[in-house]
Amino acid sequence: MGLRTSLATVAGRIVTWGARRFRIGGGTALPGFLALQLHPDLLRELARQLPHGTIVIAGTNGKTTTARAIAALLETSGLAVVHNRSGSNLPRGIASAFIEASSLTGRIRGDIGVVEVDEFALPAAVQALQPRMLVLLNLFRDQLDRYGELETVARTWRAALAALPSDALVVVNADDPVLTALTEPFSERRWTFGLDDPAVALPMLPHAADWRLCPRCGEALTYRQVFLGHLGIYACTGCAFSRPPLTVAGCSVASVVPLRIEVVAGTCRVTLESQLAGVYNAYNVLAAATAGLALGLDQVGIVRGLGSVEAAFGRQERVLVAGHELTLLLVKNPAGFNEAIRLLVLAQQRCPVLILINDLDADGRDVSWLWDVDVEKLLALDVPVSTGGIRSGEMALRLEYAGIEPAAQYQGVVEAFDRWVASLPPGCCGWVLATYTAMLELRRALAQRGTLPSFWAQ
Amino acid sequence: MRLRIGWLYARTMNIYGDRGNVLALFERCRRREIDTEVVEIGIGERLEPGRYDLFFWGGGQDREQIAAASDLQGAKGEVLRAEIERGVPLLAVCGGYQLLGRFYRPHDGPELPGLGIFDAWTVAGDRRMIGNVVVESAEFGEIVGFENHSGRTYLGPTAQPLGIVRIGYGNNGEDGTEGCRYRNAIGTYLHGPVLPKNPQLADFLIACALRLHGWEEPLAPLNDGRAWQAHTEAVARARAQRRSFVLRLPLRRS
Repeated sequence: MGLRTSLATVAGRIVTWGARRFRIGGGTALPGFLALQLHPDLLRELARQLPHGTIVIAGTNGKTTTARAIAALLETSGLAVVHNRSGSNLPRGIASAFIEASSLTGRIRGDIGVVEVDEFALPAAVQALQPRMLVLLNLFRDQLDRYGELETVARTWRAALAALPSDALVVVNADDPVLTALTEPFSERRWTFGLDDPAVALPMLPHAADWRLCPRCGEALTYRQVFLGHLGIYACTGCAFSRPPLTVAGCSVASVVPLRIEVVAGTCRVTLESQLAGVYNAYNVLAAATAGLALGLDQVGIVRGLGSVEAAFGRQERVLVAGHELTLLLVKNPAGFNEAIRLLVLAQQRCPVLILINDLDADGRDVSWLWDVDVEKLLALDVPVSTGGIRSGEMALRLEYAGIEPAAQYQGVVEAFDRWVASLPPGCCGWVLATYTAMLELRRALAQRGTLPSFWAQ
Repeated sequence: MRLRIGWLYARTMNIYGDRGNVLALFERCRRREIDTEVVEIGIGERLEPGRYDLFFWGGGQDREQIAAASDLQGAKGEVLRAEIERGVPLLAVCGGYQLLGRFYRPHDGPELPGLGIFDAWTVAGDRRMIGNVVVESAEFGEIVGFENHSGRTYLGPTAQPLGIVRIGYGNNGEDGTEGCRYRNAIGTYLHGPVLPKNPQLADFLIACALRLHGWEEPLAPLNDGRAWQAHTEAVARARAQRRSFVLRLPLRRS
């Protein structure tokens, strides 16, 4: 600690206040950025004051939701949690959240940190935060123009694992063969979770599956069951590599919308219920429950805590607009988009769909990934599908090639949304699928109209 | 008559939306009531001479590209070469394109031999060339797509480029060329789905395939309104991003 920490904290706090006062964003990144310029070791200084340490969550999909769920568990058991809730997950975003929880003298007010981290920022974040637990969710193909090939991300994560304190626990999704292989050296302090229910298995490995080869020997992997993307119960045809035994197993997914899962951990068996829906959220809920058990929280608290978790920014968020109940779904990559479509089909509500595709830096400038999404599955829903956003035309063409004639092809994000809403029959529900910046733009407009709270206030 | 599309290394080299190309070929045949079949040709699987009317070959990560290079050493590579000489149309993207040249020289490790169908070679570069691309081709007009590669491909004296880069990097970011053409084969760095947004390229490949069966008539036109709209949209994005790149230049230097 010291003068420098204090100075950086004060500077950050002034910027946070200014950003919100003058409405230049939510102050979720700039304060941390400036503070880290003033004091590069700020995160380490603040994190090491937390009496119960920090939990770090990483993965291509589900970071924000899982981090929220873990924070909810800890809050239920009476701890004050420092959390980058807005989903701003680069070091500057994490620093912003920590600064906001600190006094002007650079003292952090909280018991435990819950931090979601960007894939590429993981080694730096682990170095700075020295977490007591690292939760690894999944590794999918995402924004190739930014993240590069999957092997590059896997290498980055190997470096992050090597930087963990020697007593840190590793909670890992064992249904992901890549994560299983990455965390093998940590098997004695590793908690594995995964699904074990043939009822939610897919008939085959989807087109967008990213890993078909054994990460250990390179031979083909065979799947007894596939649950999502390349997540499932796998075994290598060439060596002994296979899905390891699960510490915490989601044995029976009784309901997907909303979620109800029977969870078995050793001799204990509990039913988890959540307002969240979809198989991908089953993994997020399982990850949070496993983290809770590994931290020694009691079962009743975990069940209650998870039941209270609400959707994060644009993740199955429900809004009421002009008498229409609309559900907002963020889609960022093929695996996530496929799961969103699966949720629409499973929900069995025949609501019209609006798909908003942007190609700004934060979305990935390359929209090629839309062609890896199994858009054809929307045919089963038989509802009008419209498009909007900067790449409305690309999405409309993708739909056309999937045999779905777009109901309308709108321009812009907010303009598309308004015109689409106006076209809905009275009282009709609707789904809005949007990429990151499209969701941000839409939510900002809805917040200005008083339909939604600002995302940093959630 | 039935067209058979051979999708080379469909499982291992389909890195980012490559499926869109096969979908475009298939759909555009189907709409013209041309019976089409797509056959995947994987590592270790035989390539039967005379069986295929059109080839597609996508991009892949390093490991998959090395596996494909060694798979094509010997008889399989010879068959592919003979088929291209016979006039079978082919579209090869990124990793596939590189292996149709004479060799690929990585940063470290041994040189990967190519098939030498294109008089071209590729050298690993330090900087990735990423972004929207607009290419002007005398044969096909304006072609738009996205590139993401660190390999720099150089064309030999007998090679003919697919076109000239208007926006983006193309083969190597230096000489303004993009892609390569030989007989009815096209190699390009425009990865992902290049055919849906450039239907003239898709129809060229289909027309070549039909000619192998003695069908000389022009293809029936399709309603391509949406495809050209997506094309125009992509070109507008390429222009906008070039502008923002230029605007950001002074900041980058600081």
